[in-house]
Amino acid sequence: MTNTDAFAALADPTRRTIFERLGEHPAAVGELAASLPVSRSAVSQHLKVLKDAGLVSSTPAGTRRVYAVDPRGITDLRDYLDRFWGVALHSFKNRVESPRGAPHA
Amino acid sequence: MPEVKSTPVRTSVVVDTPVDRAFTVFTDDIASWWPPDHHILQAELASMEFEPRVGGSIIDRGVDGTECRWARVLAYEPPHRVVFSWDISLAWQVESDPGRTSEVEVTFKPVDGGRTRVELEHRHIDRHGDGWEGMHSAVGSPDGWGVGMQRFAERIASGT
Repeated sequence: MTNTDAFAALADPTRRTIFERLGEHPAAVGELAASLPVSRSAVSQHLKVLKDAGLVSSTPAGTRRVYAVDPRGITDLRDYLDRFWGVALHSFKNRVESPRGAPHA
Repeated sequence: MPEVKSTPVRTSVVVDTPVDRAFTVFTDDIASWWPPDHHILQAELASMEFEPRVGGSIIDRGVDGTECRWARVLAYEPPHRVVFSWDISLAWQVESDPGRTSEVEVTFKPVDGGRTRVELEHRHIDRHGDGWEGMHSAVGSPDGWGVGMQRFAERIASGT
């Protein structure tokens, strides 16, 4: 996946809603369509986009497919925060070691 | 879905300043070092306030006068320790359900030469729920997180 794919996928309000529903619990196409003001085929198209963006995965269950949020994400979130805090603490160090009374103090 | 538990994010830095000043800059002067793109206001970030008490908030204020209280101060023990919540949801909104927020603990310990070790732990990340995963996937490239997150926030804000 690329970031652009994921941005585009989640920028659409319907897809965001589908994604949030799947975050609550895994679901099949029919179940999602029943609770949304869009057709079953539209839901399928949205799911394909989310899947292509790496945001959801699907598993066969009998004659249908059950869609779920990709569980690798928590690890990704942790990695993201790891990078964020690395940058933030580096910035903090620069700031706190600057001379007292410097501008911005 | 199988339950996925997160391990805490831990990071630390030794800074060449005494504990008191390290604590003060981290909290009272947070705006001086916080990555400026890292906020969920629609307007540009104008200022930040770290309310110095348990039950207080960390508040971002935009140039348009709007404000965002995105963290609750859970422990405030100058100059050694502070804990705050991370109340940001998938949709880049303030998360109002405390059960779906993570928390950050920061400790300040004196080391040789009048310096300070600052240790930070961001834990209970899995409490944000599955929704956070995609938000992260959207912005999680090693090089692009800052710019990417801002673009994503703008896109969400534009509602298209």
